[in-house]
Amino acid sequence: MLEVCGITQIFGGVTALADVSFRINQGDITGVIGPNGAGKTTLFNIITGIYTQTSGRVLFEEKDISGLPPEKLARLAMVRTFQNIELFGGMTVHENVMVGMQTKSSSGLLACALKMPWSIVEERRIREASLKWLEFTGITDLADVTAGNLPFGKGRLLEIARALAVEPRIILMDEPAAGLNSQETVALAQLIKRIRDLGITVVLVEHDMELVMDICDRIVVLNLGRKLAEGTPREIQDNSDVIAAYLGDDD
Amino acid sequence: MKRELLKFLAFTVFVLLLPLYFQGGYLMNVLVFVGINTMLAIALNLLLGYAGQISLGHAGFFGLGAYLSGILTATYGWNPWLAMPTAAIVVGGLAGLIGFPILKLKGHYLAMATLGLGIIIYIVFNETVDLTGGPSGLSGIPNLAVAGVTFDSDVKNYYLIWGFTLAVILFSLNLANSRVGRALRAVHDSEVAARVVGVNARILKVQIFALSALLSSLAGSLYAHTMTFISPASFGFNFSVELLTMVVIGGLGSVYGSFLGAALLTLLPEFLRAAHDYDIIIYGALLMLMVMFMPGGLVRGIPDLFRKVFKKGGGDSHA
Repeated sequence: MLEVCGITQIFGGVTALADVSFRINQGDITGVIGPNGAGKTTLFNIITGIYTQTSGRVLFEEKDISGLPPEKLARLAMVRTFQNIELFGGMTVHENVMVGMQTKSSSGLLACALKMPWSIVEERRIREASLKWLEFTGITDLADVTAGNLPFGKGRLLEIARALAVEPRIILMDEPAAGLNSQETVALAQLIKRIRDLGITVVLVEHDMELVMDICDRIVVLNLGRKLAEGTPREIQDNSDVIAAYLGDDD
Repeated sequence: MKRELLKFLAFTVFVLLLPLYFQGGYLMNVLVFVGINTMLAIALNLLLGYAGQISLGHAGFFGLGAYLSGILTATYGWNPWLAMPTAAIVVGGLAGLIGFPILKLKGHYLAMATLGLGIIIYIVFNETVDLTGGPSGLSGIPNLAVAGVTFDSDVKNYYLIWGFTLAVILFSLNLANSRVGRALRAVHDSEVAARVVGVNARILKVQIFALSALLSSLAGSLYAHTMTFISPASFGFNFSVELLTMVVIGGLGSVYGSFLGAALLTLLPEFLRAAHDYDIIIYGALLMLMVMFMPGGLVRGIPDLFRKVFKKGGGDSHA
């Protein structure tokens, strides 16, 4: 599904990632974990086209997507969320999700401004179809609230709803549980499983170990820019290198 | 959607009936300018208020429309109805070409680039004397005419200009409430998030820049054909700043706000005749006060003010 091949990223002499390779299977929930500064977010930014890597390739469904900008990746059905949620703060919750349907609609500037019949039909379709994602994430009652006024936890759900409106085949979430309370985290775990059940491959960077061990099918561990280990949650828990990296090596 | 349409219809009725109140009079002439400035403020607002991209050179596009229309009709004898769309398409196309490199810039750098563009256009108006008449201006521009009716009086011009202004308002409202308008606002709020969900921010910014220039050019052509005389002084840096002031005072990202801003800044000088030489100081002070105390502009600030006054009357305490 998604293959990371020998990614190296050097920022002005500092090696953030060194020859990282792994593969993500279709339909899995994969967790990318590692101590602070391990390069997880950098890796996400490379996969999703925010940064361009120094070397290495990213393959998505056998296609080389290295260096493609995020708007192209959205058209290939890859979407992501951000650690510090990025909402369209001045727009309503419903409008935020409607923007998510950008790649599934095509009326141009003039057609919209002149209200051509096909643009009216399309507008109605966008308005209705986007409601489905509000319902899926459980924020239907907030549809008309300005997104900038949402509490953090609801904002997180909205960001996910908006990403799902792109109808992705893969969604990458950067620390989805950050800033959530324990109740919200439990609900998030359920939501992520339901996203997987839609047939969407999920990749997440996460610090909440309980969450990761609970929902992930596979885990990739990064440390100091290198891949330390890869496997099922159980294999990772028993891996001595991983334990050493997290707890410090005593001998 | 329905409320939006009702609001527009109410506004249209207001515009159509206003001349009855003024019965000709000198203010009719001023109201013609309110119409032209409303179009310009809306054009700039699409760029600044919706897409979040600044331009300090919009007077240049306004001037290009006026001069292209003026030269094509006065010098080359074109029909004004043909000259206007030609000018609009040329100016829109030109802005699209220039927009590609300069809209890569952000913030202060974009402000500087558009400032430079406006100044270059202004210098061209002054220096190409054979074409534009230079600083002494271009005269003999014909009025528009339809089926034997020539738009040569203030009242006729009022209906002509406001017909176009209402069309521009409707056009912009439709755009703002469409997938393109939402994409624009999305780019304004978080460009990276907009791109991640598939908005091509680069193309969108260039498109809206071109559209904004095209509408400004149309306003310029209409200005030329109602005034019949134009000179570079109307299209300088000061006017770009005045347009910016209209948009901010009226309300960023609000079409009716642009009308309020344009109306205020066009009518104000009429009431401040005594302070004529200080008008730019007054604009500056207004802009500062608005940004400090009514950052949402008149269109949001006035209802807020009413609510506050009303609340105080009701004896509400602060939360």
